[in-house]
Amino acid sequence: MVAPLLAIFGYLIYKGASSLNWAFFTQIPKPEGEVGGGMANAIVGSGVLLGLASLIGVPVGIGGGVFLAEFGRGTKLANAVRFTADVLNGVPSIVMGVAVYGLVVTPAMPFSAISGGIALGIMMIPTVTRTTEEMLLMVPHAVREAALALGVPNWRSVLSITIKTASPGIITGCMLAFARVAGETAPLIFTAFGNSNWSVALNRPISALPLEIYRYAISPYDDQHRQAWAAALVLVVLIVAAVSLVRYVASRGVLKGAS
Amino acid sequence: MGVGIEVASLNAWYGANHTLQDINLNIPANHATALIGPSGCGKSTFVRCLNRMHETNPIARVTGTVRIGDLDIYADAKPVEIRRRVGMVFQRPNPFPTMSIYDNVAAGLKLNGYNNRHVLDEIVERSLKDSALWDEVKDDLRKKSGASLSGGQQQRLCIARALAVDPEVLLMDEPASALDPVSTSKIEDLIFQLKSQYTIVIVTHNMQQAARVAEKTGFFLNGRMVEFDSTHKIFTNPSDKRTEDYITGRFG
Repeated sequence: MVAPLLAIFGYLIYKGASSLNWAFFTQIPKPEGEVGGGMANAIVGSGVLLGLASLIGVPVGIGGGVFLAEFGRGTKLANAVRFTADVLNGVPSIVMGVAVYGLVVTPAMPFSAISGGIALGIMMIPTVTRTTEEMLLMVPHAVREAALALGVPNWRSVLSITIKTASPGIITGCMLAFARVAGETAPLIFTAFGNSNWSVALNRPISALPLEIYRYAISPYDDQHRQAWAAALVLVVLIVAAVSLVRYVASRGVLKGAS
Repeated sequence: MGVGIEVASLNAWYGANHTLQDINLNIPANHATALIGPSGCGKSTFVRCLNRMHETNPIARVTGTVRIGDLDIYADAKPVEIRRRVGMVFQRPNPFPTMSIYDNVAAGLKLNGYNNRHVLDEIVERSLKDSALWDEVKDDLRKKSGASLSGGQQQRLCIARALAVDPEVLLMDEPASALDPVSTSKIEDLIFQLKSQYTIVIVTHNMQQAARVAEKTGFFLNGRMVEFDSTHKIFTNPSDKRTEDYITGRFG
């Protein structure tokens, strides 16, 4: 487990660290063939896309998981939802991109941050749903009974007791889904499209680190190759930082002795 | 104050399994009543019918009447209202693991929308004192999780949690069977003190425990109540041969 991780990290640092400089984080790309420039627009674009994706994927995913574990247990609808989530999880990301292109990208809503966020958000849903369901089912029956025996209505017990008890696992599930889509390129090709200029408008094409890595890595210019390596390093570091930050914030509220 | 419980023609099922058959008895107010019998005799099912927890299992079913005070709990009220009047302590301590000691005790009130901080502070302190836990936890109320306490402390925390909603009846389903002897004796002392304020029904496998804490004892066997009388009579001069066989250790 550790060896491939170290290998990837080491190679990224070896190839990418030398191209990291202030300009990389503050400037937008230079025209083709010119040396210098940066990926500020792609870094911010990735942030915008992942924010939009989380806005869709986290609430829908958690809602689905709560339904499966608490309210729909044993019903036909629950089986259908679970099956759908599993199938959705298996849809190749390029197919997701093409599907969102066909369904969302229209003359009224051209290539845009929103359509990119939708594609990534849908990809988050199955992971979040299934981990939420599994974590809720791990909450001991005795804890649910304790709440019911106090005269707490079932819905309230689910919201305030069961979900809260399962929340560390649910947060981990959300972070897994987040980290997975953060590096997705294929769903963005037909949706967010990419943008060489500075843009954070939600209804305009937007840049993203994976898209830039792809574009630069196949370009004929050495300087762009170097920047692609640097971008890959930045992407990995940002994912690790985001996951660590959420875990740290989530763990701060935890009391002594709580499992 | 506690209220009496009148049970008439109570039957209960788990699926096709007829676990309680035609139970009739009157449980007196402000006393401790013990229910004894071998495993699977229906005594736990019986107490779960007294706060309508039995029906939380989707395959469970109940018929008959249970009056708690002047309330016919299967006809006149919703399950959530009854469970606020009839507290329950389970076999294994089950504090809410993510909540502080304070929040565990306040949970019943908070989750029912009660939020007056000042009054909550008072109720939490009183409940923890009533459950003889206050002195051990008063410095860590908000710092420590309920799950960080020892088993015996957790069970007293669960008793405090049940008392905080000010019930009239306290049901205890083998409350000491998962605890060590010292903790068990603390729980028994507690039952002795609490019965002046609450009607207590305690299920137990431990006949000495029944003899120590309860004025009345009921003997259950195979889903029926064989005998219900004063604890002294049940243990010294039972009317039914089966009761005698059980308490003298011939079966069960």
